[in-house]
Parts: sequence; structure tokens; C-alpha cells
Amino acid sequence: MYKILMHERITADVYRMVVEAPLIARKRRAGQFVVIRIDENGERIPLTIGDADAEAGTITLVYQTVGKTTEHLSTREVGDFLMDVVGPLGKPTEIRNYGTTLCVGGGIGNAPLLPIVQALSAAGNKVVTVIGARTKGLLILENELRAVSSELIVCTDDGSYGRKALVTEPVREVCERERVDLCVAIGPPIMMKKVSEATKEYEVHTVVSLNSIMIDGTGMCGGCRVTVGGETRFTCVDGPEFDGHQVDFDQLMKRLNAYKEYEQESLERWRRMREEEAATHAETECRLVEEIEKVKQHG
Amino acid sequence: MADPETGQAVADETAAPKKKERVPRQPMPEQDPAVRRHNFNEVPFGYSEETAIVEAGRCIQCKKPLCVEGCPVRIDIPGFIRLIAEGDFRGSIRKMKETNILPAICGRVCPQETQCEIKCILGKKFEPVAIGRLERFIADWERASGEVEVPEIAKPTGKRVAVVGSGPAGLTVAADLARMGHHVELFEALHKPGGVLVYGIPEFRMPKAIVNAEVHTLERMGVEIHYDFVVGKLETVDELLGRFDAVFIGTGAGLPWFMGIPGEDLVGVFSANEYLTRSNLMRAYDFPNADTPMLRGRHVATIGGGNVAMDSARTAVRLGAEKSYIIYRRSEVEMPARIEEIHHAQQEGVEFHLLTNPIRFIGDEKGRVRQMELLRMELGEPDASGRRRPVPVEGSNYTLDVDTVIVAIGNGPNPLIPQTTPDIETKKWGNIIVDEKTMMTTKQGVFAAGDIVLGAATVILAMGGGRDTAQAIDDFFHIDDPTETAGEREGAQ
Repeated sequence: MYKILMHERITADVYRMVVEAPLIARKRRAGQFVVIRIDENGERIPLTIGDADAEAGTITLVYQTVGKTTEHLSTREVGDFLMDVVGPLGKPTEIRNYGTTLCVGGGIGNAPLLPIVQALSAAGNKVVTVIGARTKGLLILENELRAVSSELIVCTDDGSYGRKALVTEPVREVCERERVDLCVAIGPPIMMKKVSEATKEYEVHTVVSLNSIMIDGTGMCGGCRVTVGGETRFTCVDGPEFDGHQVDFDQLMKRLNAYKEYEQESLERWRRMREEEAATHAETECRLVEEIEKVKQHG
Repeated sequence: MADPETGQAVADETAAPKKKERVPRQPMPEQDPAVRRHNFNEVPFGYSEETAIVEAGRCIQCKKPLCVEGCPVRIDIPGFIRLIAEGDFRGSIRKMKETNILPAICGRVCPQETQCEIKCILGKKFEPVAIGRLERFIADWERASGEVEVPEIAKPTGKRVAVVGSGPAGLTVAADLARMGHHVELFEALHKPGGVLVYGIPEFRMPKAIVNAEVHTLERMGVEIHYDFVVGKLETVDELLGRFDAVFIGTGAGLPWFMGIPGEDLVGVFSANEYLTRSNLMRAYDFPNADTPMLRGRHVATIGGGNVAMDSARTAVRLGAEKSYIIYRRSEVEMPARIEEIHHAQQEGVEFHLLTNPIRFIGDEKGRVRQMELLRMELGEPDASGRRRPVPVEGSNYTLDVDTVIVAIGNGPNPLIPQTTPDIETKKWGNIIVDEKTMMTTKQGVFAAGDIVLGAATVILAMGGGRDTAQAIDDFFHIDDPTETAGEREGAQ
């Protein structure tokens, strides 16, 4: 059991949670993830580790509500427990002094990107960071990323904040203007695909971090398999980071949609149950108030 | 000495055989196939006390029992059977547990027909004694009695052993070492104990309650279990060696093989591990009450001829598949599955496509599998395994409509520990190399057994390996015999 120490909403559908997990906090490195399970009926889902405090024995998880499990997670309160937190899983990011690195984050991808930017900066790299979101309200961790980057370029799809552009635009500009030794891109698959296509033109080695569907996270189920350079690889034990120029993103996107109908069913059912619960609760409360009034009236 | 006539007499009363015929091998009652197609309850009901006594009476108590030679853990088979025949069930289970701590599991999943029962002398003229069914009976009897005895434990030695993986090998090693008085801690990566017994083998063949009962016995013996603990990631083997006197690796064959043919990454193509894990460990059959979903295919093809393939094809039936096929490239004779499992699958309506091999999977625009193309095979000369090698028949291609494919062609060793422990040497495919005598890996104080050493094999071979390794670890402590233990070292710090 893993205690929730802090839990806050940071945008409309993104939450930050700090969980007590001393062993993982001590061991984790940038680029790694955990698999969590909320309760006995819960499914196992992978979440990237946004940050960790080895001394306090805590890890930070940043997640977006996309289905039943993440929505359920968002209702857990400080002091509640997660039944399982397994990790740190996956291979850590290879951190060394590459020279100039270009780090690109899209949406929720900024969360796993932050520890990588931190580590790359600490290793002496010049880090140019590009982050993007659909609209201003969905942009996360801007200040945190700015603090550890040499330069930060912000864009939004609708132009509500920063530049009105997709991240690929500044990515190309940076590649034009200076020699980039490594690009790290984390975000929705379509964004990683586009960034990889852009950097390929400039022959900049690009690392992407994949968010495949997985169960155990230790190589056992093979559900997270992805084709990289024509070969089948497992995101959990061979990744989660792969060469973006080699990843079959189209296949990845299809595989991510495998359970769409089931996910929808599960989410709708859960919301219905929550509403019913709330209604029952409200009714009980009403009755209670009535009873109290009665007692008061009758002295 | 047991009197074979005793069994005869009982049989006369209960089964009323014609004339003076030999008592036949007693069948085990089981769920009707038409009913069990729709539930996950265990298929066989097991012997009643009466039937068990009758069956046990068939054993002629050989002076030199060949059956024992066939058993990887060398259970005193005539011994425990004689006690059943005498009605001394408590005595029988005690006898059993001298050599086998997990009889309820072995009785269900061992391939008895190729191990102990094949050697039974009765089998030469009649049918062999149903050793597996009797083993299962006596274990179930003990559990039902409500008094599962904890084996006697030697006085504490002060030695500490970390056992990595709680599958068949790990459970056996843990039990044996605990019995010898060593302090044992089990490290399990998943949230439940049992390894392949819980994620792989379905409820209808290996009820989870049985695994839990066995694990509970271990805990009563003082074994500590850590869940969600991925050794190699959370703590490396080297780090474990800092606080334990020995480390045992029983991480199994947990890396599914795929065929490497086109379309294998289509949605709807699963490894058997994933398919079974969703259904068993994550209880996806109970979706949406359980959160984990699984695709409920209408036309499901399982590729492979082993127990895992049978488990998958039979799970598909229970999940409502209209068609559940087994696709196997050799013939039924070569199938590595237990005969009972093949029969059960056939009874439940699984269709066998033998001597046929898929060459590609065909998907739709959403990337979901819709068809598979197959090639018929014929058997050629025997290969290295001694089985006749399947050879493709040119131009025999045909297609089969499928919406779910389960690849059950085997597993490689789990890579996490070799990846993070560079001085543990492995063979080409990643199996850990151990010294045949000392059972030690190339790293001092680190031992391994089960599928991580053997490649994907059987539960009982893993247990057999576990038993030998437990003894080897105990020997290691005596030969090595450092005056200080890990506990003392920690205390000194």
C-alpha cells in the first residue's frame, strides 16, 4: 500500500500526485516509469515518474484523465492509498554531455520530459526546450522547465499563449539555426511522429518515449510490443525510449486504440455509478437533516 | 504391506464389477463439457474418499517402484498410496510432504502420463495406477480437513536467503530452505504470489484458492513475501547479496516468443501470456466489474500444441468464442500438452487444425486482425527433439477468418536480472548458466533453477530444480560456513 501525500489538479484534466514509495524514490532515474493499480479490481497502468525526492521517500506522478482508471485516480484523496506501485521500470535515459540537446514536450509529455531536461542540463548540455499544448490552459510545467533549460520556446495550437504553432515549427528553426546533437521528444504519438520526421531531415538523432498499453511492465505479457527498425521490441524492458526515426508510429497508434470501446464502456459505467452514489448520499443527507429538524422541533 | 485384495473387496461393494475382473482405473468425475464451457470453475471434481481407496488398492506395492524413478522430486509413491488404501489419509499426506510440499499443485499440473504413470508396472498389461489423481486427492483432503499441518522447522541457522520469483521453483526453494531453518524472504514482481500458477494457468485447471493456501502455509513457516518488488530494478542482485547470504533466482520464462511473421502486431494478436494474464491475474473475464478489459473474440485461433495453448483455447471458449481453433504444425501425437488437457479441449468444442502453420495475419484498415493465411504441413524426418519435423506442402495455402489470435509457441527467459547483473552468465537465448553440481550461477552465492535455467518447461521440473537447489544452497552454507552471517554483518555496521 502506497500513501498519497499530495494531490492537486494542475489543468482541466491533468493532476499531480505525490506518493510515498521510498525504495522507488531512491532508485528511479530520468526516463523511468511505474505501473500502478488503485484497488483490488483495478487495472495496471504505466505512469511516468515526474519527479522524486529520495530523502522524503516520495515520487511525483503527473497524469491526465483519459479513461476510467485515471478518472478514478483523480478522485483519490490525500491520505488514501494506492494498492500497488511497481517500479522503477524501463531503461533510464542515457544522460551524458552530448553538446546541444533539443527537448520537445507535448501536452502531458512535459511531465516525463522535466527530469530528463534536468539531468541533461546537470550533465553540462545546452538544452533548448520546446513545449506545446492545444491551448494555454493545458500547458503544464512551463516555469519548472524554463528554470532548467538554456532556452524555452512555448507554442499553442490556437495561439492563446506563446507562439501560434505546432512544436515542429520551432523544432525545424532550431535545427536550421544551430547544430543539434540530440533531440528528445515526448508527447502524444502523433506529435512524436511529426517531430521525428522533422529531425530526420536534419539527421538529428531523436529519442522518443512511448506510452504503450502494458500489464506487468516486466517483459512478461508482450502487450506493449512495438516495431522499431522492423523488429519487434517491448516498450517495458527494451524501452520506453527508442530511436524516433525507427519507430512505427502508425502501428503504435492503432495498438493504443485496441480497447477503445471497452474503455468507453468502463468509463461511462463508472460515471453512472458515481452519480448514483452521489444521489444516494444526497438523499441520505436530506433525510438526516429532516430528522434533525424533527428532533429539534419536538425538543 | 498393503493387500491388493483389500482394494478389490472395496471395489466389489462400490462399483459392483462383473465377475472377478481386475479393478479398473477409477475415473475422476468432472463437470459436463456443455456446462463448463460457460464457467471458469475447476473441471475435475476429484476422487471421493471411497474411490481414492479403491484406486489406491490397485497399487501392487512394487519392491523396486519404477514410478518413483520417473518422478522429478522422487515422491515415495507406493508409500503415500498404501496409506490411502489403508484409509490413513493424515499419514498419507505426511508421507507426501516429506518430499513434496506442493502436492495440490503437482497433482493438477504434472504430466504424470510421461513421468510416474508411464513407469507403472500395471500399465504394461492394464492401465497404470492414477498416481496424479491420488496425489491431488490427498492434498485436497488435507485442505478440506481444515488442518493443514506446517512442516517441522529446524532451529534457526541465522542464514538469510533471498528468493526471487514466487513461481513453482521459488515456492519450492523457499519451503525447503525454511524447513532447514534458514530465514527466507520471497520477492515477487507482481501483486499476487504464484508466478505462472496465477497469471498463466487458468482457474478451471488450477484454482487460485489452492495456490493461496500453499503460499499461506509458507507464511506460517516464517517466509516473508514482498510484492511489487522487481529485483534488478528496485534492488539489484548485488544489493541483495549485501543483506542476504545467498540469492536464488527463479524468475521463469517470462518473455513471450512471437513468430516473426507479417501482421503479428495487429490488434487482436496476443501472446498467450497477455491473453491468460488478462483473464487470470487481472480477472478480465469479469469486466467491467474488474477494470481490465480483454477483446472477446468470436473466432479465436491459438497457435501451439502445449498446455499453454490448450489453456488459451479453452479460455476463449469460456469467454464466448463461437469458434476456438488450435493451430499446430505437427500432428496430435507430437503435441506436448498433457493428454487430459487435449481431451478436455476437444470435449469443450475446440477445433484442432493439425499439420498447419500460419504464414501471415491479415488486418483491416483499423489495424485489427481479420484473417490468417496458413500453409499445410507434412511430417518429414525426425529433428533434434526426436519428433518428426513438419515440412510445408507447397501451394497448400488457405485462409481462416479470425478476429483474435493467441500465439502460444513458448517463452524465453526473463531478461531483467541478467540485464542488471553483468557477472551472471547466460546462454545464447538468455538462460542462466548454473553449475550442475553446485547449482550456482557464475556469481558466487547466487543460484538459479526453473525455467530461467531450463527454458520453458513444466511446473514439476521447476520444482525438482528448486528442490535440488535448496539442498545445494544448504550445502553451500556448510562448505562455505563463514563464521558471520548477513544478520551479524548488518548488526556490526
